[in-house]
Amino acid sequence: MENLPFSVLILSSIVKILFIAHLLIIGVMAMIWAERRVSGWMQDRLGPNRVGFQGILQPIADGIKFLFKEDLIPDHVDKPLYVLAPAMVLIPALVTIAVVPFGSSITVLGHEISLQVADINIGILYILAITSLGVYGVVLGAWASNNKYSLLGGLRSSAQMISYELTLGLAIIGVLMLTSSLHLRAIAEAQGAYPWHWNFLIHFPAFLAFTTAMFAETNRLPFDLAEAEQELVAGYHTEYSSMKFAMFFMAEYMHMIVGSAVTVTLFLGGWHFFGLENIGGPVWSGVISFGIFFVKTAIFLFVFIWVRWTLPRFRYDQLMNFGWKFLLPVTLTSIVVTGTLWIITGSRLVVGIGNAVAGFIVVSIVAGLLVMDAPKPAMQDSDNRLTPTALDAIE
Amino acid sequence: MNAEQILFILFGAVSLIGAVAVISFRHPIYSALSLVVTFFAQAGLFLLLGAHFVAAVQVIVYAGAIMVLFLFVIMLLNLGTLSVKGAIGGKLKGFAIILGILLAIEGIYIATNVLNNTAIASAQPATAAPNTTTYDIGELLFSKYLLPFEVTSLILLAALIGVIVLVKRSSNDSI
Repeated sequence: MENLPFSVLILSSIVKILFIAHLLIIGVMAMIWAERRVSGWMQDRLGPNRVGFQGILQPIADGIKFLFKEDLIPDHVDKPLYVLAPAMVLIPALVTIAVVPFGSSITVLGHEISLQVADINIGILYILAITSLGVYGVVLGAWASNNKYSLLGGLRSSAQMISYELTLGLAIIGVLMLTSSLHLRAIAEAQGAYPWHWNFLIHFPAFLAFTTAMFAETNRLPFDLAEAEQELVAGYHTEYSSMKFAMFFMAEYMHMIVGSAVTVTLFLGGWHFFGLENIGGPVWSGVISFGIFFVKTAIFLFVFIWVRWTLPRFRYDQLMNFGWKFLLPVTLTSIVVTGTLWIITGSRLVVGIGNAVAGFIVVSIVAGLLVMDAPKPAMQDSDNRLTPTALDAIE
Repeated sequence: MNAEQILFILFGAVSLIGAVAVISFRHPIYSALSLVVTFFAQAGLFLLLGAHFVAAVQVIVYAGAIMVLFLFVIMLLNLGTLSVKGAIGGKLKGFAIILGILLAIEGIYIATNVLNNTAIASAQPATAAPNTTTYDIGELLFSKYLLPFEVTSLILLAALIGVIVLVKRSSNDSI
């Protein structure tokens, strides 16, 4: 990779950027179709199946509809920020993919080209940095709309994102400690070919915490309080219509795709799968490794949809309690246990078992404390009136 | 002029424009956003110096966390447009003028020194040379600068506990 001639480097970079950016956008369209069809399947109905084979062209029809709708800018909004906000949501989602390695490497005309746009030595930190910027678009869009439901949605979303970013960052530390590198490629390569070598088994509690935090960061159910339609109309994008709304919509799906790709890289072995990625020469092995990565990401994306129709939405205090009192202790314990056991034994097996046991113990303790600490049904409210519970007790 | 210099001028210019915009905008939200732009340009400058880790931390901590909290507070308080008269009127005016003159002198002094002194100009590449990967920073933090590092974390912990004690209402209030 380092030894490529300058012209090859530039050309291959351009091809890779075009490829991955377009793949991401096509991925968004595929996700929108998949979400509607899978939702339909889970609810025992059909979903869109008229446009093209099995409705596969439905996202294109949707896109055309969005483009031809009137681009409405309400009178009472703060115009510069209102226009800027959708782009500020979309761009962080789009640029994060730059550091994700989507395959091993491919040899074209004697040059070995790694399947990754940029292998920078702060890979993980870059992802965390860009992810933390995604909140700006949401907050600014909410504020610029000059609408109380929008603002409430934006505030909820930003508080939630800040709370769960902490877990997101801390959950990665264990992985970094064992790999001793911030390069995403190095992290993916350090995990062997077989599933029992992958990080999700070694850092099981951290993996669960990371995945949960990922759901929160993407504003997906069960964490979609920012756009809880029963309470806030549509949350931060209530005032948006036409393509601007579509950009918010696309950004959510892009976040999901990129998040899944990052999770696959960090925890699910990247492009490795039982050594399948090594067969078939220097060209085909690269293609196969990309295929493996693609399938893993797609499976993870299916989980996103699956969870959406399985879990009900959290209440806001539950959301905050879950983030701060549950996920944070779990990830912190995971860091301490990983570090200690790694220094003492140097065995991944021991670290994995220790992490699982420690995670179980912490979850039990925290759950016990939460149950003990839970407020009993109040007999009187703040104005000394009897509450419904108290009335029940009297009757 | 090579690519690095062009990028330096670009980031420097954006950083300065952002900084001026922070104090020029009437609305606090726009000021806060201008500050974010400045932080970004500074992260770019750090990247040019080869300090990748510092650049990432700059974005994560300042642009990602602190400024979001700023925005949060501005929105919750729903601060309106500030009038210039109210902001720098009265007693603060003299103070502001004195500080401004001092800063200007300082800036001119530094600018003339750097421009005239070829020693500083030629020394710059040498200061950028040391390895600044995360590995090196981690090793330095946990060997040479272990005590300051631990003291800093203790101070932060104390601040954290202090905030919780101050903010937490006594349990009698909630019933």
